[in-house]
Amino acid sequence: MRLGKIRETAMQGVFFLTAITSIAAVVIICIFLFCNGIPAMAKIGFSEFLGGQKWSPTNVPPSFGIFDMIIGSIYVTAGALVIGVPVGILTAVFLARFCPASLYKVLKPATELLAGIPSIVYGFFGLMVIVPLIRQYFGGNGSSLLAASIVLGIMILPTIIGVSESAIRAVPESYYEGALALGATKERSVFKTILPASKSGVLAGVVLGIGRAIGETMAVVLIAGNQVQIPKSITDGVRTLTANIVLEMGYSTGLHREALIATGVVLFVFILLITLSMQAIKSRSENHG
Amino acid sequence: MAKNINSSVLNLKPINKISFKQRMLSYKRKPLSFLLLIIVGLAAFLSAAALIFLMVYILVKGIPNLTPELFAWEYNSENVSCMPSIINTLIITCLTLAIAVPFGVGAAIYLAEYAKKGNKLVKVIRTMAETLSGIPSIVYGLFGMMFFVTALHWNMSLLAGSFTLAIMVLPTIMRTTEESLLTVPDSYREGSFGLGAGKLRTIVKIILPSSMPGILAGIILAIGRIVGETAALIYTSGSATGTATNVMDSGRTLAIHMYVLANEGLYTNQAWGTAVVLLVLVFGINTLSAFIAKKLGSKKG
Repeated sequence: MRLGKIRETAMQGVFFLTAITSIAAVVIICIFLFCNGIPAMAKIGFSEFLGGQKWSPTNVPPSFGIFDMIIGSIYVTAGALVIGVPVGILTAVFLARFCPASLYKVLKPATELLAGIPSIVYGFFGLMVIVPLIRQYFGGNGSSLLAASIVLGIMILPTIIGVSESAIRAVPESYYEGALALGATKERSVFKTILPASKSGVLAGVVLGIGRAIGETMAVVLIAGNQVQIPKSITDGVRTLTANIVLEMGYSTGLHREALIATGVVLFVFILLITLSMQAIKSRSENHG
Repeated sequence: MAKNINSSVLNLKPINKISFKQRMLSYKRKPLSFLLLIIVGLAAFLSAAALIFLMVYILVKGIPNLTPELFAWEYNSENVSCMPSIINTLIITCLTLAIAVPFGVGAAIYLAEYAKKGNKLVKVIRTMAETLSGIPSIVYGLFGMMFFVTALHWNMSLLAGSFTLAIMVLPTIMRTTEESLLTVPDSYREGSFGLGAGKLRTIVKIILPSSMPGILAGIILAIGRIVGETAALIYTSGSATGTATNVMDSGRTLAIHMYVLANEGLYTNQAWGTAVVLLVLVFGINTLSAFIAKKLGSKKG
């Protein structure tokens, strides 16, 4: 009897320990990233690191300015949103409101399949198909902001579709019926009552999409061209923060290596901000509901 | 979900039954609505077309390259076989699951069965798990490189890669397991307690078995992520070409293999073939997961 009691308590302790591993993991990741990245930033100089436009780590003396890459990440993410958000939200509207049940059975798993495709496959597809197309029709060498935006736009579709669709479905049917009864057409009812009511859920989907786009690495490395510059047109090459890490980590040493880790810290801070705003949106919509 | 649509369609029909002709007439009076309809349809078509084009293109280009040589046991520069990387992928997957599943399931059991409602700690754990699932894989890769490879002196090895991936898939396993534990009706627990079983016995003998399909679906979902992962592994398990003989060896997984092929640009045909293998693997895994989850759903409904 006593042995049983001890075992119960012990196992509860074990379960508790496993539960706090996720806290421990986040704490360790933060400590390692910041402890390695912040000193490097201090050594380079914060304003020089974040605002500098010259990245030549192998020069003597070297310079480590990641401003162009921060802008690059933002441009690529914005481009992905321009392509992915309208198509994603409208597809979600279609799935939730216009889709015949028989088509839904095919289309819904199809969007989920899109989410399962590994990013390296997207990147390879972009490299072999989209890059040559851009080279042919828009000029330049093809590896460009445009190529990265198109591929990332497709990659964030399933995220946006999934989250938006469940937000749209969560709107009470009475909103729609009320609009219909007032004489609005089906389309008008959907776009004027249901979509505005599902606003915060749809926004959450978009924010999640931003997180996915800004953190994407392997697909971007293959198709974005990776030149350190602020692109002047959409067919110019661009290097993102993620690409910078993957490209140079293999051969970097000393301060160069630390600068790359610091690049990771900047990326991590971006992601933390996105996660925080995500949670803010969520708690706001919970308070409303 | 499907049931839900059917019922909403059934509810609407009597109110909203108009003939095709009437509908066209109303669109003629309200061209904006017609435009909206077209835009919505077009967007859905685009989404579907993107997937179909991607799939068909990769299959058409890749299937002719699925030669027996691609699956030879040895990798060398004349024949960039993907067999060693398939075996490495298998090893990494098993190792990662061996680490992540006990922790993920244990954490879910704590959250679903032990923690009291409104507990502050539970909220913190959930927030942290959510944060973990938002971290991009390259950041995991960086962390794994600094912690497991450098600080713990494991060097680039399958073990370092597996630990990195285990942290990455932990939130997935936690969430799906917790959801599946919460679907077990309380009457099961009460019945078990009523017969004199303790809490631990109830969890192990009653709750875990009846939520097994959900847990399994989550684990399989995690396998899909492991198989497709590149950025987190490239600087933790490395890109050595051979089959790893022990867990401290470096070895490339299938996804890294494909990245290297695509990046070098020398073996495009083999890269297409590898893409097909990767796609088939991931889709097979995801379909299996959906199938198991559905089975659970139908049993409950």
